[in-house]
Amino acid sequence: MSGEPMVIAVEVHKYFGALHALDNVSLEVAPAEILCVIGPSGSGKSTFLRCINQLERIDGGAIWVDGALAGYRRVGDALYPLSDREIARQRLSSGMVFQRFNLFGHMTALENVIEGPVTVQKRRRGEAVDQARGLLDRVGLADKRDAYPAELSGGQQQRVAIARALAMQPKLMLFDEPTSALDPELVGEVLAVMRDLALSRMTMIVVTHELGFAREVANRVVFMDGGRIVEMGAPQEILSQPQHQRTKEFISAVLP
Amino acid sequence: MIAPSPYSVAHLKHVRRPHWGRWLAAALILLAFAAVGRAFAEGQIAWNVVAQFLTAPAILAGLVTTVTMTFWAMALGIVLGILFAIMVMSANPVLRGVSAFYIWFFRGTPLLLQLLLWFNLALILPRLGIPGLFMVRTVDVMTPFVATLLGLGINQGAYTAEVVRGGILSVDPGQSEAAKTIGMTRLVTLRRIVLPQAMRVILPPIGNEVISMVKLTSIASVIQYAEILRNAQTIYFANARVIELLIVAAFWYLAVVTVLSVGQYFVEKHFARGAGTSRPRPTLPRQT
Repeated sequence: MSGEPMVIAVEVHKYFGALHALDNVSLEVAPAEILCVIGPSGSGKSTFLRCINQLERIDGGAIWVDGALAGYRRVGDALYPLSDREIARQRLSSGMVFQRFNLFGHMTALENVIEGPVTVQKRRRGEAVDQARGLLDRVGLADKRDAYPAELSGGQQQRVAIARALAMQPKLMLFDEPTSALDPELVGEVLAVMRDLALSRMTMIVVTHELGFAREVANRVVFMDGGRIVEMGAPQEILSQPQHQRTKEFISAVLP
Repeated sequence: MIAPSPYSVAHLKHVRRPHWGRWLAAALILLAFAAVGRAFAEGQIAWNVVAQFLTAPAILAGLVTTVTMTFWAMALGIVLGILFAIMVMSANPVLRGVSAFYIWFFRGTPLLLQLLLWFNLALILPRLGIPGLFMVRTVDVMTPFVATLLGLGINQGAYTAEVVRGGILSVDPGQSEAAKTIGMTRLVTLRRIVLPQAMRVILPPIGNEVISMVKLTSIASVIQYAEILRNAQTIYFANARVIELLIVAAFWYLAVVTVLSVGQYFVEKHFARGAGTSRPRPTLPRQT
């Protein structure tokens, strides 16, 4: 791993009303790194992910994604907020996969995948369709191109969602509990696609409860609780020899 | 032969439920139809006059006017409705205030009053235009057509805005979030992702309002707009065949509404794609 970090978060704070959702979170993610974020519900891990691609606005600190300061233009010491259009352009450096898939319900699998390239990136439709066919092949859904989301299982929908995000050719993929809404027997097919993606040296930040996946695929694991990063390190260290009491409790509660 | 086991089922038959209620309802309705039909047959209606005026040029011209006005007033209403629905949901407090005022005013005053207001606008504003650029006399511009279009369209917009707002609220916020993550701006998200899915919820009430609009155009007869009912009245003031001409007008209203209802079915079916049902209009749950 070399070069400039893909993500730099410095002293990030986020409040929801009185709730201090992110409390002084600082973190760097290197290119091609696979970072898994674990922690109990309400620990701020999903919020942190959503701050990286500006689905949430941060209340303090700063985040750089692929070298660009997220949400602001800096002139001297003054930060000017970016317009809707400029924020939309910044979001193109990352792709996101949601817990609840959020496929566009009125479009087929193929239409979901070409929507961004055609509408946002203004690429030629034929080229976008070729790319989409390749991506749907890659996630094992070549035969489901013309199916609507309502006709697909959760695992199939999530794989289409991954293809949709990859179609934008992002440098960073964000996964927000991608398997938490799936029936147990469908978790494997989604994790397999993510493993394949990790092998292609995509930078990935994965919020997950799948500690087995974290142990096997992650370069680093972050444990969050109460809006703070409690500890981070190699998967072996965090998952097998956690230093903090809170991490120990969490891992012994989650692992069978 | 061995006695059949009480649990053998092959010879059992399903007896159909008799549905006495349906037969009774059908009988009662037939009876009522017969009574009404008899009353009309015995009533003093000159059916030959009805037939004669059904395709009279003045009636057909009125029909075209009615359909044209329905189309343009509804088009204006839908454009305004979408615009004000977006404004009322916007983060900008000025836009929110303006659209809230619009909905409050035009839902809060009678349509008839609004029509008279537009038609008589010349009384308070004799000239319209941008000073220095162009000026026109209000009476030249505010023809019955324009006054009716503004009255019906702007009033319709206030109702449509609420229908569209409801439709937009019915779309899962996750759809907009997903659109953002593939780099869509707010407007593109609305046009490509949210509105097409909101249509499923918006269309049934809009279809209802198109049908209302066909009939609402008739109140524009008070400002001399020559739609079908006004033309029918003009004729019966001359020949005193009041009921006959009202039947003629009723026939054409029903004809237009029937065509529109069929059209509504197909439009709803189109926007139901991907919704996981091939039947856009499910019936009430049935007792089994």
